[in-house]
Parts: sequence; C-alpha cells; structure tokens
Amino acid sequence: MTVLKSETVPLQTEADIVRVRQTVRQWAIQQGFSLVDQTKLITATSELARNTVVYGGGGTVQLEALTTGSRRGLRLIFVDHGPGIPDIAQAMTDGYTTGEGLGLGLGGAKRLVNEFDITSHPGAGTRVCITKWK
Amino acid sequence: MERIPILQMDDILLVTIQVDMHDQLALTLQDELTAHIVKARACGVLIDISSLEIVDSFIGRVLSNIAAMARVLDAETVVVGMQPAVAITLVELGLSLTGVRTALNVEKGMAFLRAASAQEGRRHDRPQV
Repeated sequence: MTVLKSETVPLQTEADIVRVRQTVRQWAIQQGFSLVDQTKLITATSELARNTVVYGGGGTVQLEALTTGSRRGLRLIFVDHGPGIPDIAQAMTDGYTTGEGLGLGLGGAKRLVNEFDITSHPGAGTRVCITKWK
Repeated sequence: MERIPILQMDDILLVTIQVDMHDQLALTLQDELTAHIVKARACGVLIDISSLEIVDSFIGRVLSNIAAMARVLDAETVVVGMQPAVAITLVELGLSLTGVRTALNVEKGMAFLRAASAQEGRRHDRPQV
C-alpha cells in the first residue's frame, strides 16, 4: 500500500469542520470515488470532526490518499488530546451520548466506511482512524 | 452575521439551504424560523435541501427539532429535494428524521402544505354543535 499524498489540517472550530468536509470532498473526487461513496465519507468526516472539536477540545485530522495498485482509498486519522472516552463500547452504541447529540456519531461513522479503528485513553485523548476504499 | 433567508408565500414559509452550514448557522435558522412562524402566523414550513451535499446527525437533529417546534406552533413542516446519495447515507448512518415529513420536490411539498392548510380551514369553518 502506497501513500500518494498526506496532509494534516487543524480541527479547532466549527468553521474547521466545514473546511475539512470540503477538503475531503476534493480528495475523494481526485481518488475517483462515486457520489454515494463521497457522501458517505464526508458524512462520517463531519461526525468525527465534530467529536474532535466538541468533545476532544480540538485537534487535527490527517488525510492520506492511498493506493494498493488496484484499489484507491482515503484514510483519515482524527486525533485530539481531550478527556478521552472511558468506555468505548458504550460510546459506539447508537443512542448513547454525553452531549446534546443523537449519539449516532461513532457508530454511524463506522457504518459509513470500510475500516474503523478507535483508541482512547482517559486524560490523554482519542484517535479515530477510518478508511474508505473505492 | 451570516444567515439563511426565510421567504413567505401566503401563510407558508420557504427556506432554501444553499450553503454548507456550520452548526451555529443551523441553530440560528432553527431559532429564526420558530420566531417567524409566530410572527407570520404561518401554517406551513417548506425546507428545500436539494443543494445540501450531506445531512449528518447534527443537521438531522436540527430538521427534527424544527418540525417538532413548528408542530407545537400549529404549523406543518415538509423537507423537500433530498439528493439520493444523501438519502442512502442518512439511512446507513441510522438517522430516521423522526417526525419530519418529506416530499420529492418543491411542487409536491407545496401541494401537501396547501392541502393541510385547506383541511385545517374546513375544520375551523365547521359549525359548532
């Protein structure tokens, strides 16, 4: 697997969430994603970027354009140094929320991509890595 | 401040969301629309989302809230023009848009609101027994 290009962008404000959605859209188009796959990836991006800003107290997202030779994909790695998630299984459950959301963010984002990986340490932060293949 | 225009046609309010909304803008729309329903004595709200490229859980919640608030204020809400890719994503995300009435396009949405409004009128006209 080769990383064609990589870029890290800040996620501190609501405006950053909008900007990241637009950047991911451009990258997804460049990777040749269908409109439905673009929409799924951008929706997952929106959910995770909001988590980083609202619950993680801000952080970054690293974008990676991938290729395996035959397949093309996009990987996004969301990192924050916020309070972390004590119980990931519970946080992944639909309907569970500590804030004012619907509690669909993590579980919903997972359903919209091909690969989903989350690690979190209370007091140290959270890292969510998603990959969508064309 | 950036805001989404609310138009009025008889007793129906029309909103076309044409920008990639940040969260605060969506909340502002929710507040302004609710105030406008009362001010304009509107009985219907039509929200055109045909330009929206995504509906995530936040926007979904705002749409559900608008419909619920409008209902309490005796107004019907219909969301029209959802793109097919958005509909597919919404269902996989697990969002059901509870309480939100949808229609395929503006024309069908307006027809629904007009019919609802006419029915409401007849009910009010009926003599008391």
